[in-house]
Amino acid sequence: MTSSALRLVTPDSTGIEIPTRKNLPTFVTESGLRTELKKLSGIDAVGAEARIAKLSTRSLKKETKKYAIDLAISMVDLTTLEGADTAGRVASLCTKAMHPDANNLSVPSVAAVCVYPDMVANARAVIGSSPVHVASVSTAFPSGRASLAVKLLDTKDAVEAGADEIDMVIDRGAFLSGNLFKVYEEIVAVKAVCGTAHLKVILETGELVTYDNVRKASWLAMLAGADFIKTSTGKVGVNATLPVALVMLEAVRDFAEEYGELVGVKVAGGIRTTKDALKYLVVVNETAGSSWLTPEYFRFGASSLLNDLLLQRTKQLSGNYARPDRFSGD
Amino acid sequence: MSENRLEIRKTYKLLVNGAFPRSESGRTYEVVDAEGKFIANVAQASRKDLREAVVAARAAQAKWWSQSAYNRGQVIYRLAEMAESRHAEIAEAVELSEGVKSKEARKSVSRGIDRMVWYAGWTDKIAQVFGGANPVAGPFFNFSLPVPSGVVAAVAHPTNSFEGLIDVTFGAIAAGNSVIVLASSDRPVPAVLLGEMSAVSDFPGGVLNILTGKVEELAPVMASHEDIDGLDIGCVQATEHTALISAAAGSIKRVFEGQGFDETTAVRRLRTFIETSTVWHTKGQ
Repeated sequence: MTSSALRLVTPDSTGIEIPTRKNLPTFVTESGLRTELKKLSGIDAVGAEARIAKLSTRSLKKETKKYAIDLAISMVDLTTLEGADTAGRVASLCTKAMHPDANNLSVPSVAAVCVYPDMVANARAVIGSSPVHVASVSTAFPSGRASLAVKLLDTKDAVEAGADEIDMVIDRGAFLSGNLFKVYEEIVAVKAVCGTAHLKVILETGELVTYDNVRKASWLAMLAGADFIKTSTGKVGVNATLPVALVMLEAVRDFAEEYGELVGVKVAGGIRTTKDALKYLVVVNETAGSSWLTPEYFRFGASSLLNDLLLQRTKQLSGNYARPDRFSGD
Repeated sequence: MSENRLEIRKTYKLLVNGAFPRSESGRTYEVVDAEGKFIANVAQASRKDLREAVVAARAAQAKWWSQSAYNRGQVIYRLAEMAESRHAEIAEAVELSEGVKSKEARKSVSRGIDRMVWYAGWTDKIAQVFGGANPVAGPFFNFSLPVPSGVVAAVAHPTNSFEGLIDVTFGAIAAGNSVIVLASSDRPVPAVLLGEMSAVSDFPGGVLNILTGKVEELAPVMASHEDIDGLDIGCVQATEHTALISAAAGSIKRVFEGQGFDETTAVRRLRTFIETSTVWHTKGQ
């Protein structure tokens, strides 16, 4: 099996070198991929939801809570994905990402800012060489309805503008109509264009209908070389939910056992409160394990969450509930 | 109906954001009548319930203030109507809670309802009475306009279970604030009844929040919470005032310490939870 068997259309029409991760198989036919995905066992939906209900009652207090809040802050991908985004808005978001609380420099910086591809250069100009990453959505986000050539150009554009993380969307239409190999090929191709940039693959679980599909899509994305699998775009009605996160975390855990590769998970959309964020951290710890409790392997895609984390952090330190307008808006 | 029908005992809940949640802490406490007999279980609010109420009150306040003053008066009046039609029920609760004669209880409820109507009348007069045009040396109009402080937390009277709630609550509400009021710890039932009535009186959810619980647990949190703009502690024991006021100073709150429910004190209450906004406008020719 060689990578050259994949015929991919690229913007500059040169072939694509597929980097093979040392332990991952490469699939060149639909049937090989199908055989691999058939190994996956079904998800017990009732069991998953019951497990989440149980874990959600877990309460973190005092020192643990302080630690968890700082950890959650360091895992935030501070996001602005609006048609109305301006260079100024992106600049203030980046400043906030580096110093979430201007009055308190002990607050850790967030993991990354997440913007549209045309805003990457603006973000990079502000972020410079700070440890905060610049993530860009790509591949005709959020619908993914564009030709592969356009998607690859979209990605290339973002990477060249300075993005070190790419959030791509999968072709849900292809996935749902059973054209799994197309989805796989696209991810492989985008991964190749990413170069050293990390690739997050957005499954848009709200459109995948079942937990079984979520597990299948997770596995497929990881086989194709995803560095992260991400729940949602935040642009459809159903965003990240705890049971979906559980299914994805089980997938990355099983994948790590099988292939020895750690893949990250990013939950996005609808996570607004510290309470929600801490529930996710509990689920991460109890499902995938503490190896995933770092910004390298777990992220929150959010905007308003950060201010609530800052509010709760201030409460933990001062003992008094803080005023929301103490922190800058996004 | 059978004579030996099982008694339907009630567990009263909080009023937060227009809904009736139990305390997030799951705690309740027993409320007894003047003779020590069980009346009901009541939710015992925690500081997290207070925090939730502040979030709701903050969101609701802008909505409340954006309504016309006339409209706010109508809504408060509507609640007075509701209370009037359930006058007997509230009076019974007051009688039971306070151990007073039924005539006295009815009078107390009437006074409370009348005071509510009085506050309803104030909503569109506050700007006239407390605001005005200022003489300035130049071709300008200069107006002082009273605007609400924002979110006000209040502690209701410990023994005067109905009347003692009305003033601390509706003074601030009439001025356009949203309110979180802690009902009398030992006699919360009349307050809770009024809260239930407010659900059918067009208050935007979150304008009126009624908590039941312990003053010593919640008043300090009310004082130190940064997102509360005003604090009414007139009904809290005088020995606690200094500590509460210094806690409130951390976030420069307006604090009201006045006692009593006479009209003069009521007007002072109205004035306490407003800020003055000054506007300049050219006179033209």
